[in-house]
Amino acid sequence: MSGTEQSTDLATAERETPEATAVETYSGAEILIRALTDQGVEVIFGYPGGAVLPIYDALFAQNNIRHILVRQEGGAVHAAEGYARSTGKPGVVLVTSGPGATNAVTGLTDAMMDSIPIVCLTGQVASHLIGNDAFQEADTIGITRPCTKHNYLVQDANEMGRVVHEAFYVATNGRPGPVVIDLPKDICVNQGVYETPDLENLQHKTYRPPQQGGQDAVEAAVALIAGAKRPIFYTGGGLINSGPAACAKLQELVKLTGYPITNTLMGLGAFPASDQQFLGMLGMHGTYEANHAMHDCDVMICLGARFDDRITGRLDAFSPNSKKIHVDVDPSSINKNISVDIPIIGDVGQVIEQMLAVWKKRNYVPDATALQDWWTTIQKWRTRNCLDYTQGRDVIMPQHAIQRLYDLTKDQDTYITTEVGQHQMWAAQYYKFEEPNRWMTSGGLGTMGYGLPAAVGVQVAHPGSLVVDISGEASFMMNLQEISTAMQYKLPLKVFILNNRWMGMVRQWQQLLHGSRFSETYSEALPDFVKLAECFGATGMVIEKPGDLDDGIHRMLDTDGLVIADVRVAQEENCFPMVPSGAAHNEMILASDQAEDKPAPTSDGMALV
Amino acid sequence: MSEKPDIAPKHTIAVLVDNEPGVLARVVGLFSGRGYNIESLTVAEVDARSDRSRITIVTSGDEMIINQIRAQLERLVPVFNVVDLTEEGPSVERELALIKVVASGENRIEALRVADIFRARAVDSTLGSFVFEVTGDSGKVNAFIDLMQPLGLAEVSRTGVVAIARGADAM
Repeated sequence: MSGTEQSTDLATAERETPEATAVETYSGAEILIRALTDQGVEVIFGYPGGAVLPIYDALFAQNNIRHILVRQEGGAVHAAEGYARSTGKPGVVLVTSGPGATNAVTGLTDAMMDSIPIVCLTGQVASHLIGNDAFQEADTIGITRPCTKHNYLVQDANEMGRVVHEAFYVATNGRPGPVVIDLPKDICVNQGVYETPDLENLQHKTYRPPQQGGQDAVEAAVALIAGAKRPIFYTGGGLINSGPAACAKLQELVKLTGYPITNTLMGLGAFPASDQQFLGMLGMHGTYEANHAMHDCDVMICLGARFDDRITGRLDAFSPNSKKIHVDVDPSSINKNISVDIPIIGDVGQVIEQMLAVWKKRNYVPDATALQDWWTTIQKWRTRNCLDYTQGRDVIMPQHAIQRLYDLTKDQDTYITTEVGQHQMWAAQYYKFEEPNRWMTSGGLGTMGYGLPAAVGVQVAHPGSLVVDISGEASFMMNLQEISTAMQYKLPLKVFILNNRWMGMVRQWQQLLHGSRFSETYSEALPDFVKLAECFGATGMVIEKPGDLDDGIHRMLDTDGLVIADVRVAQEENCFPMVPSGAAHNEMILASDQAEDKPAPTSDGMALV
Repeated sequence: MSEKPDIAPKHTIAVLVDNEPGVLARVVGLFSGRGYNIESLTVAEVDARSDRSRITIVTSGDEMIINQIRAQLERLVPVFNVVDLTEEGPSVERELALIKVVASGENRIEALRVADIFRARAVDSTLGSFVFEVTGDSGKVNAFIDLMQPLGLAEVSRTGVVAIARGADAM
């Protein structure tokens, strides 16, 4: 059952050190750095402290791995997430014990929710002090157990190499996720042996992520897909994780069938947004056509998505008449929220490849007439123009700001990160992603303050590319210390703040659901973002009038180095379409529905701010 | 919705894990974090050579929840194998209880008589008390405890359920 017989067992890799010759030993910290180097790690995002001094010493003595010094450990994890999401490689974090580790918890949870491969090295007090409430001691293993895919406490320098390689294996295989390695200070100082294992053939003692899908299930799924009258592809972040090759296979399958496709927030870029078959994002702030097509379809092909509550709306009203196919690498995602008819457990890229092979072998042809009718229906939904807005002459509409940013950057080598809130949804709606790994956002956890440090990670990975953090003024304030990091490494980030002075998404909910009682969502005392930029040595600018928007964006793009653009946008604009919580996913509020009786904030409501 | 039974069916789940530090905390944390019920839980090393422990969990839930529990357990890195013994054919379930009865006179004799019927053994005895060891499925143990109640039941210690599938197939 263990299945370890034929392959190099991780556990035995080190015991095979030749005994005859004098065994060379290294400090635990040196072994750590050697193992990271063997893993091909190029960058670590971190922050030093007492418990990790031996590791920083070992880092100092080498030139293979670059260390990016962040300003707060939370920023390090988000930066590593941005690095990972934009490269497909695992992101590596190094923080000290106690507060270093606890500051990293939000980022770890974020990576857990969005399935981002992270290896986070945390310092720990010396072994003999563990459990004694020592200075900067925290039960990191206990604290991070529920917010990591797995975690390790290294108890012997001889184990260091094995644990590091195992951690990378677990973080990157199957459904990716964050892995913590807790490193007591004495273990980093103690001597141990290390030999590079055969990384190609490593196999974990217990962990066996699925690869191919069951052939019978794939055959049944493809037969169902081929016979569909009103089909839809619903694809998510799993495609991005599976890699660009998987996304290319997806495009082939979607093109082969001619069926419509929608992406989740995490899945944007897996299919080119400019393509006619793309219906836009689905879900709470998804397009009218995508949500209606999901509701009315007869066959739903869910690839690497997880029927999140922001997608389904009210569960009992979710796509009631469809047969559902669900491909996921994580069996626990299957039938968690929605019962499906054909579950397929496997890597989504490999399963799509299997699907393509079956489709071609059986010479399937889609039902052209039914498909024609389906597209006609979809076309009708499209004519609702759900993302329409009116740009007047006085105030910049936030949608317009994103639209113009897209128009003026689409021909460049651009990466977009976002914070969380209205600006994030507008970015998802109006910025069109043509390829994977270009879009970094906090989906599952919804972490305000993600975008700026994530942009740091992206820019470190792609020094020559344009990296824009589409931000809101409130989210930006949550991690703005990372401007200092970006300045230190001369990262020419462009921070595009849609400044409406409100915590816009919360304000929107208060308006729509809480009788416009705007409790604590207005920012009375915002800084002068231009001066803020300048005090860090960056460039700041204000864009205030619709007529100045294009010029302003050009100026932002043409200015060398880091730029913070404070774009003053309509303060009370809401993000539509919107599926209100508790509603069915086809019961959307559109901006046009609101026009007539838009509930203006009442003075009563405002008084409660 | 209305015909849904109030009491969700019980399932006995066996989990074979790598006996690494913290593995029990992972399993227990999964149940508490996701709001699953634990009726009983037992754990012990079962294979010292390959460092494996077996955790037996009695839980309850509808089919969707039980499947989730199973999938979530399988997702834990140090887990080798998960078997829902209730689902996959007949199994033997046993529990051991140590039961202290403080009684004198007629009650003391009656306690001994009941213990005999239940094939419980007296493993400790003083002039005023017994400790009985009783083994059986949870129903039998419950029945024995119920009978001891009026006879001077003082203290109960139970192992929780251990279980294994009937037949030649091994987990």
